[in-house]
Amino acid sequence: MAEKEIIDNIEGEYKYGFTSDIETETIGKGLSEEVIRIISEKKGEPEWMLERRLAAFRHWQGMKLPQWAHLDIPEIDFQDIIYYAAPKATKKLGSMDEVDPELKRTFDKLGIPLEEQMALAGVAVDAVMDSVSVKTTFRETLAEKGIIFCSISEAIKEYPELIKKYLGRVVPHTDNFYAALNAAVFSDGSFCYIPKGVRCPMELSTYFRINAEGTGQFERTLLVADEGSYVSYLEGCTAPRRDENQLHAAVVEIIVEKDAEVKYSTVQNWYPGDENGKGGIYNFVTKRGLCHENARLSWTQVETGSAITWKYPSCVLLGDNSVGEFYSVAMTNNYQQADTGTKMIHIGRNTRSRIVSKGISAGRSQNAYRGLVRVAKGADNARNYSQCDSLLIGDKCGAHTFPEIDSNNPTAVLEHEATTSKISEEQLFYCNQRGLSTEDAVGLIVNGYAREVLAKLPMEFAVEAQKLLAISLEGSVG
Amino acid sequence: MLSIKNLCASVDNKQILRGINLEVRAGEVHAIMGPNGSGKSTLASVLAGNEKFTVTDGSVEFLEQNLLELPIEDRARMGLFLGFQYPVEIPGVTMANFMKMAVNEQRKFRGEEPLSAGEFLRMMREKSAIVELDSKLTNRAVNEGFSGGEKKKNEIFQMAMLEPKLSVLDETDSGLDIDALRIVATGVTRLHNEQNATVVITHYQRLLDYIVPDYVHVLYKGRIIYTGDKTLALKLEKEGYDWLINDYKE
Repeated sequence: MAEKEIIDNIEGEYKYGFTSDIETETIGKGLSEEVIRIISEKKGEPEWMLERRLAAFRHWQGMKLPQWAHLDIPEIDFQDIIYYAAPKATKKLGSMDEVDPELKRTFDKLGIPLEEQMALAGVAVDAVMDSVSVKTTFRETLAEKGIIFCSISEAIKEYPELIKKYLGRVVPHTDNFYAALNAAVFSDGSFCYIPKGVRCPMELSTYFRINAEGTGQFERTLLVADEGSYVSYLEGCTAPRRDENQLHAAVVEIIVEKDAEVKYSTVQNWYPGDENGKGGIYNFVTKRGLCHENARLSWTQVETGSAITWKYPSCVLLGDNSVGEFYSVAMTNNYQQADTGTKMIHIGRNTRSRIVSKGISAGRSQNAYRGLVRVAKGADNARNYSQCDSLLIGDKCGAHTFPEIDSNNPTAVLEHEATTSKISEEQLFYCNQRGLSTEDAVGLIVNGYAREVLAKLPMEFAVEAQKLLAISLEGSVG
Repeated sequence: MLSIKNLCASVDNKQILRGINLEVRAGEVHAIMGPNGSGKSTLASVLAGNEKFTVTDGSVEFLEQNLLELPIEDRARMGLFLGFQYPVEIPGVTMANFMKMAVNEQRKFRGEEPLSAGEFLRMMREKSAIVELDSKLTNRAVNEGFSGGEKKKNEIFQMAMLEPKLSVLDETDSGLDIDALRIVATGVTRLHNEQNATVVITHYQRLLDYIVPDYVHVLYKGRIIYTGDKTLALKLEKEGYDWLINDYKE
C-alpha cells in the first residue's frame, strides 16, 4: 500500500458542522470594562462577582500571550470577538416545556436529548449553547442526594458561599493569559457539588455547543467533590463548520477533598477546519484539579477536533497518598495543531501519578505532547509512571514530545517510556488480505493503539469515541 | 479454480517471477518447493495482491474472474486466503474483534447478514479447537506476544474461520516443533475438502507427510521447472535440488 494512498484515505467528514437557526442575542464586538459590566448585568450577578471579573480583566490587560507552545498561532484580535451570545430564551428555563424547540432539535441532532425520559441511561446533562446553559437534566433526582448540578450562572446566585470559597482557588485569574481572560468574561458552564460521602448515582456531563458566528466561548466549570464522595463527569464539544476561526478559552477547576474520587472525561470534537486548514476552533483551555489526602483524580481525554489545541489537564497532589492520572488520545489531521499534555505536581507524601498519552498525527498536522512531573521537597516516596506514544500516518505530519521532570526529593521514583511508530504497510496488507478495506483497517489499528485510553471512558462514550477516531481519520490512509 | 498463465512479476525493477504456469482445480492439493530465492513467497504475495510487487506480464484467473484486477480485500472476500510466513502484530486489536470484522466483511460481500454475537462466539470456539489454539488467545491482541508456533496456529485458525476456496500457505511449517507441525498440518488436512483447494509452499518434505499433495512443483529462478507427484518431495529431501537445477541449466 503506497504511503500516498494511506494519506488520501483519511479525509474526515465532520458530522456536527451544521448551524442552527436560532435567534441569538449578542452584544457588540470587543472587550472593555463596559463589556464585562454588561455580561455581569445580563447574568444578574451580585456585585462581588463583577469585582472579581474586573480584577481579572485589569490583570489580563498587563499580560502577554504565551509563546512557548509548539504551535503556529495566527494573531488573534481580541477586540474582534463577540464576548456574549445567547439563544433568545422565552424566559428562564425551569421545565422542559420552556426550551425553544429549535434548541431541542439542535441537541437531538447532536445525540443529546434534553428530555429526561429520552436521555442515555444514567447520564445527567448540562447543555450549553454559546454563552448560556439552556437546560440541566435530572436536577431534582440529583438534589435528593444533596448533589448540586446546575449552570455556573445559577450557582453564583444560588450558592454564593460555595462559589466564593472555591471559584478561582485552583486556577486563579493570575495563572495564565487565557485563564485571566476567562475569569473576566466567562459566560456559562457547569457547577457541580457532591456532598460528603455521596456516590453520585449517574454520570454527569456538560455538552458545549458553539452556534453563533463571530463569537468566542468562555466557559467555566467548577466541580467540588467533598470528603469521601465520588463522581464521574464527562464533557463533549462541537461547533458548526465555518471559514472563520473561533476562540474557545475555558477553565475547569476541580477540588477533590479527602478520600474523594473524581473521573473527568472529555471528548473534544470542535470543528477542526477544512482539509486546507481553513476555519476551525482555537481551543485554549486550562484544566486543573487539587487533590487532598487520599484523593484521586483521573483525567481522560479524547481530542480529535479544533484547529489549535492548547490544553494541559493537571493534578496538584497536595494531600498525602493522593493519586493523579492522565489518559489522553490526541489525534490531528490535515492542518490541525495540538500541544497537549499534563502536569503532575507532587507535594504530599506517597503521592502517585500515571500518564498515558497516545498521539496520532496524520495529514500535515503537528501533534505535541508536553508534560511536567514535579516532585516537591517534601513529597517523600512520590511515584510517577509516564508513557508517551506517537503514531504517525504519512510523512508530512509531525509528532513531538516535551516531557519535563523536576524532582527535588531523592526518594522519588519516576519512570518514562516513549515510542514512535507508523502504521505499517504489512499491517494494512494483513488486514486487507482478511477482507478488511483499508479505511476499516486504519480505524481498527488506530483504535487498537488507543485502546488503553478508550477503556477508561464510560462505556457509552467509549463506543462513540471509537467511531469518532475512525471518522476523523477517514481519507488519510489508503 | 485458479489458472495462472505466464505470470511475470518484479520488485524494485528486479524480475522475480519469469513466466509461471499453474492450474489448480477444486479438491486438489499442490505443493510448491524450491531453493531459497526462487520466487515462492513472491508468487503467494502476487496472488494475494501485495502492491510491493508489479505484475509485468501474464494473467491469473480465479473463480472465472481476472484476479489481477481486483483489490486485495475483494480477492480475500471471494475466498482467497494467504497464510503468512511472518504474521504481523496489531497491538490493542483483539483476535476476536479482528475475526468478527473479517467474517462479516466476507458475509456482506456474499450478501449475507452479519453473524450475531452468539453465533460468532460459537464459531470461534469450534474453529479454535481444530488447531488446538488456546481459546484465551482469541482475547489477546492479533499476534501480539504470540510464540512462533502460536502465530502459525493462529493463521490456520483464521483459515478455518474464513473457509476459503483457495488457501495459499506460505511456509506455514517453518519454525515449528514436531508437535506444533502435526497440529498445524492436521488442521489444514481437516479443512480440506472437494470444494476447496490448497497450495502449500514449503522447504520440507515432513509437512507433506501430513498434507498429501496431488502435485509437487519445483520453482526455480521464477519458473516451475518440474512437476511430479508426492514421491518427488521424497526424492528432493534425499537428493536436494542439484539434479534438477543442473538439468535445467542444460
